Amino acid sequence: MKPTDRRAFLGFAGKWVLGAAAAPTLAAFLAGCESMGEVAALGSSIAASQGWISEEQGQSLVRSADAVGKSFQDITPEQEYYIGRTVGAVILQQYRPYAEPAATRYVNLLGQTAARASERPETFGGYHFLILDSDEINAFAAPGGLIFVTRGLLRCCRSEDAAAAVLAHEVAHVHLKHGLRAISASRITNALTIIGAESAKTFGGRDLAKLTSVFEDSVSDVTGTLVNSGYAKSQEYASDADAAVTLRNAGYNPNGLTDMLAVMGRRLDPGGRDFAKTHPSPEARIRKLHPLISGFGPVGAPPARQARFEAAMRNV
Amino acid sequence: MKQPVILICMLWLMAMGPATPAYGATLSVQVKAGDVRSTPSFLGNILAKLPYGARVAATGERGDWIGVAGGGVTGWMHRSALTEKEIVFKAGAADVDQYATSEEISLAGKGFSEEVENAYKSRNPNVDFTWIDRMEAITVSQNEMLRFLQEGQVRP
Repeated sequence: MKPTDRRAFLGFAGKWVLGAAAAPTLAAFLAGCESMGEVAALGSSIAASQGWISEEQGQSLVRSADAVGKSFQDITPEQEYYIGRTVGAVILQQYRPYAEPAATRYVNLLGQTAARASERPETFGGYHFLILDSDEINAFAAPGGLIFVTRGLLRCCRSEDAAAAVLAHEVAHVHLKHGLRAISASRITNALTIIGAESAKTFGGRDLAKLTSVFEDSVSDVTGTLVNSGYAKSQEYASDADAAVTLRNAGYNPNGLTDMLAVMGRRLDPGGRDFAKTHPSPEARIRKLHPLISGFGPVGAPPARQARFEAAMRNV
Repeated sequence: MKQPVILICMLWLMAMGPATPAYGATLSVQVKAGDVRSTPSFLGNILAKLPYGARVAATGERGDWIGVAGGGVTGWMHRSALTEKEIVFKAGAADVDQYATSEEISLAGKGFSEEVENAYKSRNPNVDFTWIDRMEAITVSQNEMLRFLQEGQVRP
């Protein structure tokens, strides 16, 4: 591939990711600044005028709501990490780990390589990968970088480049913070209002209980989206485009993703509870990807790469 | 009038990407252990790992990589490891009040934290974190990654 093609690809893919990521951000931002602050201001002034809270407390609530108007962007990497740990633990209530050491090691070598080549190589606790013992075609990226992929999905990969594509797509969900975006803005407001409201006192048991309830609800928002409703189609396409950039940076052929999607298209069970339910069809994803990666040839892995892939996947 | 102005500001902010630190700005490490590399690349040798909250001076910029000096080391850190906010560990009331109004500080251990995770675990004893802790213990060193790339003839 000529360098000019490569630049054009990265530029085009980058804009695509930006464009697809921008819409929900903008919606969240406008919803945040146009409604949340005003609603808080209105609610606080009513509460203050009725004597339910002091004028000062009312102002503090308005300030807190204004401060969190930017929604999920205000969740620090540390907080994202704690949300992700619990999201992961909840997913593992429904799926058993497949702990075969060689495959687990391989998936972590491949996944962490993809993560480091991505546009968000550093998260609070880093990226870690686990195979799930399920025939379903499924994968989950918990906020912060805990990534789960089923044996069924890995079996859709015929090469290391394809497996790298699966993992790069999940890394993209972490990079683009799709999990965090699933948390309702009002919960984030609640959480940060509780933190803001503790200014006059130490962290009391009642605040901790309230914050824990908001935490539980936030985790439910994320797991509900990951397991049941799925992300918006635009977010899946954006993750495919982002994965293509990561694969290119890492030295893999982005057509690994196309190959994997083609196999998945043949294997998905319509009406299944996996990608058939939560993702756009593989055919649609291939169509969206095509203009971004048409400059790349077919995947032709060197024998050493193919051999280690097959060895690692032997029992998967 | 207000909405179009906000829209234009947002589009501008998004076009700019993450905030660009001015040279000489002081930044904080916002991850548990931030890698300082010899070159602005994921292939660069890791010279040091700086802890959460460590302060570094920005000395340069190349793409998503920031030239840094701090903690007795100079090198390059990825933008995703850094924040312009100061990270405050033992927050007093004044800090918390400032947090509600300021963009300048971030409170470590506040909000969704280990304390909240522990409270969650008490409420939900059926949710098992054993495998989450095991996952986090899986690490891949820079040398292991470079060997993996080389052996697979993967050329970034």
